[in-house]
Amino acid sequence: MPIIDPEAIVGSRITNQSLSRWLHSLPGVDKVGLEARAAALSTRSIKTTSKAWALDMAISMMDLTTLEGADTKERVRSLCLKALTPDPDDLTTPQPAAICVYGDMVKHAKEALGKGKIQVAAVATAFPSGRASLAVKLLDTKDAVNAGADEIDMVIDRGAFLSGQYLEVYKLIQAVKKACERKDGSHAHLKVILETGELETYDNIRRASYLAMLAGADFIKTSTGKVSVNATLPTTLLMLEAVRDWYDETKIQIGVKPAGGIRTSKDAIKYLVVVKEIAGEKWLTPKYFRFGASSLLNDVLMQRQKLSTGHYSGRDYVSVD
Amino acid sequence: MFEYAPAPESKDLVKFQDSYGHFIGGKFTKPSATYQTINPATEQYLAAISHGTAKDVDAAVKAARNAYEKTWSKLDGATRGKYLYRIARIIQERARELAVAETLNNGKPIKETRDVDIPLVASWFFYYAGWADKLDYAGLGPNPAAHGVAAQIVPWNFPLMMLAWKIAPALAAGNTVVLKPAETTPLTALLFAEICQQAELPDGVVNIVTGFGDTGAMLVDHKDVNKVAFTGSTDVGRLIAKQIAGTNKKATLELGGKAANIVFEDAALDQAVEGIVTGIFFNQGHVCCAGSRLLVQESVQDVLLKKLKRRMETIRLGDPMDKNTDIGAINSKAQLTKIEKLVKQGVKEGGERWAPNCPMPKNGFWFAPTLITGVSPANTVAREEIFGPVLSVMTFRTPAEAVAKANNSPYGLSAGIWTEKGSRILKLADQLNAGVVWANTYNQFDPASPFGGFKESGYGREGGRHGLLSYLKGAN
Amino acid sequence: MRLEVKKTYKLFIGGKFPRSESGRVYKVNDHKGEFLANVAKASRKDSRDAVVAARAAQSGWAGATAYNRGQILYRIAEMLEGRREQFVEEIRALTGKTDKQANLEVDQAIDSFVWHAGWTDKIESVAGNMNPVAGPFFNISTNQPTGVVAAFAPQETALVGLVNTIAPAIVSGNTIVIVSSEQLPLPASTFAEVLETSDLPGGVVNILTGNAAELGSWLASHLDVNAVDLEGTSNAAELEMLAAENLKRVIRPGSYSRQSATGSLQHILDLMELKTVWHPKGH
Repeated sequence: MPIIDPEAIVGSRITNQSLSRWLHSLPGVDKVGLEARAAALSTRSIKTTSKAWALDMAISMMDLTTLEGADTKERVRSLCLKALTPDPDDLTTPQPAAICVYGDMVKHAKEALGKGKIQVAAVATAFPSGRASLAVKLLDTKDAVNAGADEIDMVIDRGAFLSGQYLEVYKLIQAVKKACERKDGSHAHLKVILETGELETYDNIRRASYLAMLAGADFIKTSTGKVSVNATLPTTLLMLEAVRDWYDETKIQIGVKPAGGIRTSKDAIKYLVVVKEIAGEKWLTPKYFRFGASSLLNDVLMQRQKLSTGHYSGRDYVSVD
Repeated sequence: MFEYAPAPESKDLVKFQDSYGHFIGGKFTKPSATYQTINPATEQYLAAISHGTAKDVDAAVKAARNAYEKTWSKLDGATRGKYLYRIARIIQERARELAVAETLNNGKPIKETRDVDIPLVASWFFYYAGWADKLDYAGLGPNPAAHGVAAQIVPWNFPLMMLAWKIAPALAAGNTVVLKPAETTPLTALLFAEICQQAELPDGVVNIVTGFGDTGAMLVDHKDVNKVAFTGSTDVGRLIAKQIAGTNKKATLELGGKAANIVFEDAALDQAVEGIVTGIFFNQGHVCCAGSRLLVQESVQDVLLKKLKRRMETIRLGDPMDKNTDIGAINSKAQLTKIEKLVKQGVKEGGERWAPNCPMPKNGFWFAPTLITGVSPANTVAREEIFGPVLSVMTFRTPAEAVAKANNSPYGLSAGIWTEKGSRILKLADQLNAGVVWANTYNQFDPASPFGGFKESGYGREGGRHGLLSYLKGAN
Repeated sequence: MRLEVKKTYKLFIGGKFPRSESGRVYKVNDHKGEFLANVAKASRKDSRDAVVAARAAQSGWAGATAYNRGQILYRIAEMLEGRREQFVEEIRALTGKTDKQANLEVDQAIDSFVWHAGWTDKIESVAGNMNPVAGPFFNISTNQPTGVVAAFAPQETALVGLVNTIAPAIVSGNTIVIVSSEQLPLPASTFAEVLETSDLPGGVVNILTGNAAELGSWLASHLDVNAVDLEGTSNAAELEMLAAENLKRVIRPGSYSRQSATGSLQHILDLMELKTVWHPKGH
């Protein structure tokens, strides 16, 4: 597994100034052009065998999520059981990649999931706002790791990013990465949430992507799902270009996770088309692409049912979770 | 592996007749002197088309003149506008059928006809419908007059769209028309004739005469034609200009191009790549304003070409009726031969040829999207219009050099500029000798936006208020 | 003998049909003096709500493409044409016009919408332009809609005056709150139904039936209204004074004829603002 040398990539010692220069030297993004490309890829017609493949792949890429203040042990357990058997009437249905919960729910998820392939991802670093002291954010992370989280979804400090404090953003990601290390030498896999809806411009999103990758992200993620603008197709397309170009430069493959607002199978399939045509087949695996979603699963299950039975399904034929 | 399963559009959406006559005076004539029109993607026969004779042309012009004198010139603008609105609505209603028809007869992908061609056809009629009762605002003073009868000849690359660009403003301004579609792509024009009937357009306002180049020449030559509008090759445009010299006929000519697509080092590179691909591979490169010369700033040539080649690997070439096809068939054997000849010449003169691995169907006419790098301004492929999916790549060092190279052509239809710097865009737009300048975009068309060329790319404009002027007396 | 289901005449605000929040109605009689209907009588709070709805809808309507707005205006003409009979009946009952005269008025209303529909994507070609300044600058003047327009339809006609007050405002992307003719209000409510079925976003046109004098001062003094069209008012000078507080653009009564099948480009431009943009040109 190649290791990045940030100073070699940036071309000098890492300071706020050198990071700023490096980020601002990246090519700009034309909004109209980017959105037109995403819209064009949305017109791909994915039918029959390719649709069936895409639906199964979409399920296997899901981080099935519950992030509510009202979450309880039973709520989390119920979601985990759904993940283990998404469609009891069709046991060929794949399982999602992970369950995503708040840090204090990790132990309940681990218990409900038992020993299997489904990972437990925990949000951390004062999710969703990220507004807390460094100490609190790191403790939040450590608690989740100690509770057994396989993956950590952290948030960047958007206030710092938008005011040009790139070094601070960078250092936080590095610190959280360190906090993901376990005594046995393994580490929890780190997803860095950019909160693209707050970054607003595509130029900012490109820069935040590169900053996160430089700092050691295993995955870059669009959103917390808790603000008004979450994952969009053009934003995800842009982030896929970033990980593609990063791989060309460093031979390190980083994953992408769009989260929030992806509700229908049709949407999910559009994302898979974008992954294929922008980054390539190497990213078409749960190892490098995830969907942060909750209601998406039932819609995909209903589409799967339609493909196998030939008629439209309904809400009564998929379980509430 | 994520393979896209076939996603075919249904051929059953359109039903062609076995044979077609001309559309003259509101009725279809009996088919005569017929030839076959085919589907260039499969070489299958679609219908028998009549080859227009001098008699046919004369009958059509007479019908147009009659309609002009007795009916059309007597209607007020608001009523003319309402006929055009009806036509626009029917086009929207029959959009899917028209898209399928165009794809079958032209060879271009259904994705393009559905998403680009047919919507523009409808919007062109909508736009000019709104001008019919507002001619006082065209810029020629109150009550400008129409020319009378317009002879219109359209090419095979955007058959129905070019028809719309011609007929909509002509009728809005009060003219009647005789239109000759290209010999290889007559079918959507004939369907359009049916639409005129459905809209209850008065007989003779629109007449369609099918045939070959000789039919077109006879039409241009006809004594009772007041206005000629032609889109096609510069060679034929030159002939027409000579034909009408010394007469009272006005002409607008939309001819060839060899546009420079200029990419600066500070361009939004990923979007520039899309612009290059759209610029030369959209519609198989059968586009007069295609960005067929890439002028890339030397400092970013390597990075850009790498991105471009990777992007070209995802282009899907094949059955135009499959919804996922990006590049369809070359319109005819003749055009395919021409493209192959010019590309061979390009390699002979020192260019390096590259194309992604494109499996091609057995029947039909196909050419893979191709780059020729290492081209210099003196090479044939830098100067001659190929009219196919072939991009000639050259470099430049400074903006002034880019301008000099871009302008170094007898053509002047269009140009593309890719840079994040606004003042550079605006300065270059001033300096480029092209009728259409696209900055950070390419191949954008809108009925409100005038389109046309400088120099040997022709004269006159289509689209916008200026497009209307072409069909009114008092403008040139 | 079948008893017909009579229509209820309500306000049109934000794409919905509420009664007046005041609960008031007023009696509308036909031209012979016989009772026709109880029509909602708009209050100042209704006018306030209408302005809120108009403001909320304005950026979306202005942000739609001109082509899209043109399609919608054309659709309004289509729907009007289809509902012709109902309008003819209401106009005849209210005014005593003959069948021929009433149909002519409906023709004019429909054709006026068609005329306006064709302007959406042409205004800029005629009234916008590049300016040849003496320096290395790109300089362009464009017209953008002023925002929210408060208007008072002519009192003398039931339909054509209303249409010729609404269309010039919305064609360019403004939204409008309009008070209909007090004595001839029924076609205004029916016209609201036409708008609702024409893909016009809610809030672009808000129609208040009631008394122009009562509502006039509230609308003319409202600081979130950008322009006021005083055609149907009887106290225009007083209202113009109130409008001056935030320098609203004012159209005085009698400025434009509102009784034909065409409008006026100048009327449209009166409700737009000219913006001029400079940018240097240089490598």
